[in-house]
Amino acid sequence: MNIIVLIKQVPDTTDVKLDPKTGSLIREGVESIINPDDRHALEAAISLKKAEGGKVTVLSMGPPQTIDALSEAIGMGANEAILLSDSAFAGADTWATSFTLGKSIEKIGRYDLIFCGRQAIDGDTAQIGPQVADYLHVPQVTYVFEIEKILKKTIIVKRRLEDGYERVQCNLPALLTVIGELNVPRYPMVGKLIDACKEKSPIKIWNASDIGVQANDVGLEGSFTQVIKTFAPKFKRQGEMLEGDARKVAGTLVEKLKENKLI
Amino acid sequence: MPSNNSKSNKNRELWVFIEQKNGTPIRVSLELLGKGCILADKLGADVAAFFVGQKITNQAQKLIYYGADKVIIADDLVASDYRTEVYTDIIVTQALKRKPEILLFGATCIGRDLAPRVAGRLSTGCTADCTQLDIDQEKGLIVASKPFLGRNVMADIICPHHRPQVVTVRPGVMELPAQDKSRRGNLVYANVDFKEEDIKVKILDTIKSETVGVNLENAEKIVAGGMGLGDAAGFELLKELADLLGAEMGATSPPVDAGWISHERQIGQTGKVIRPRLYIACGISGAIQHYVGMINSELIVAINKNPKAEIFDFADYGIVDDLYEIVPEIIDELKKLKRAPSH
Repeated sequence: MNIIVLIKQVPDTTDVKLDPKTGSLIREGVESIINPDDRHALEAAISLKKAEGGKVTVLSMGPPQTIDALSEAIGMGANEAILLSDSAFAGADTWATSFTLGKSIEKIGRYDLIFCGRQAIDGDTAQIGPQVADYLHVPQVTYVFEIEKILKKTIIVKRRLEDGYERVQCNLPALLTVIGELNVPRYPMVGKLIDACKEKSPIKIWNASDIGVQANDVGLEGSFTQVIKTFAPKFKRQGEMLEGDARKVAGTLVEKLKENKLI
Repeated sequence: MPSNNSKSNKNRELWVFIEQKNGTPIRVSLELLGKGCILADKLGADVAAFFVGQKITNQAQKLIYYGADKVIIADDLVASDYRTEVYTDIIVTQALKRKPEILLFGATCIGRDLAPRVAGRLSTGCTADCTQLDIDQEKGLIVASKPFLGRNVMADIICPHHRPQVVTVRPGVMELPAQDKSRRGNLVYANVDFKEEDIKVKILDTIKSETVGVNLENAEKIVAGGMGLGDAAGFELLKELADLLGAEMGATSPPVDAGWISHERQIGQTGKVIRPRLYIACGISGAIQHYVGMINSELIVAINKNPKAEIFDFADYGIVDDLYEIVPEIIDELKKLKRAPSH
């Protein structure tokens, strides 16, 4: 079974602040991690490979330091990793990112399954999975929280919905996006981490010409959406402190709830 | 506003994808019809409800009452369950034909599965999980605003050169419009041409949440506890309060990790994202990991001993007190209310 995992390196917090002067993000001093949902995608792929045999290839687009995330993926048990890094890739929206990942997957060649995390904590778009699947003309199942069975040409999974779940049978090859409920990701093993740093490292680096794309089809230039403004949101909260002894405060609160038709 | 009860027939269209459960449109789709009317008016476009399912045609009139100028209906056995490839093909086929300016989807499990795939197939941009929408009338573009990177950043996003402009919108942020039963509109039937055996995905079962546990995401009221409870027994007190309010119970991650309450009740970055009308936070400090899960609550009440707790920065009503003093008093007040005649 050939499995591809798409991961993203993200800042280790959702509490990144804006520079009040420039309006750009302050990323200094913020550590980078493998996006939490993507770690579950890695775990799913690695445990499936252990059960079914085969190979796990991890793919990530990002600046050179993304190699840390890929080394960690190798440490967890992925067989090889590819870093898509090129200044032409910078500033990509989800369409340009999916196009770049799709082109790279075509270059990797044969695969049975592609795993992604549901969404990245820095953008929360949840769009890369469906858009890569569409580029590759393969079916997708999103929000997977259990892999029930793998047969020769199909997979049966459970997919989380707002009010329950679905059992879905899907033909292979397919792309699955997974949520945290699926598994508990393993820790990387030191020995394998060292492999990732050796001369014959299982991590390759591809640029735009390696995957056969033009600079104007990827990155900011290849993007269909544009961020025209970033700003700090205003919160319309009343911020009223209720004061007095406990009984009085409780009475006031209940009145407020009544006024708001909440009781 | 477009004239209320005459049929409109403009060339430009703004589409709202109508998600349905057992044939009934869900709330966010109706919210988007309301917002869609406002946007379409600024754009000089018609609002078309795009309605896919099986045996749904009897609900189409309701969509007109909620603001649609026309309803594009794909009513077919093959579309009875939501399946990405079927719904994508149906929408894309019609979009290539009718060339809508804008496509709005609710940012639900289905909307967020479908919208990026539709946008990908149409080679256009898709902006996810927006909380504000407006029209730049000069450029004739939709400006979609969304929060990202947690609480501190909002971004305005446009799709200037590709059509349609695809946007998913968070449930609960747009107002539910009132029904206007004098409205009239057109029904347009979309052809559905699928053979079941060609479809790569089958839904084997659909299991409702009654059998799988709590559904905090749809709860109207939530009472939640943090480490300020001190121990697992604290949740019993909160349970009493929750039951009186008809509320669900929630928690931050530390009490869940401590085993005081089950994992499915966790709210925040690694748990559920909730949008209740009422959120009562007891002994919760308001750390960012929790904040991102609850900030869309309509009315936030915070009870915490520590006057410097961050939660007071984004609460509507704050109470600085020991929750073990105040919560029993609130319970008493609510009990009094229950005993009193109801009108």
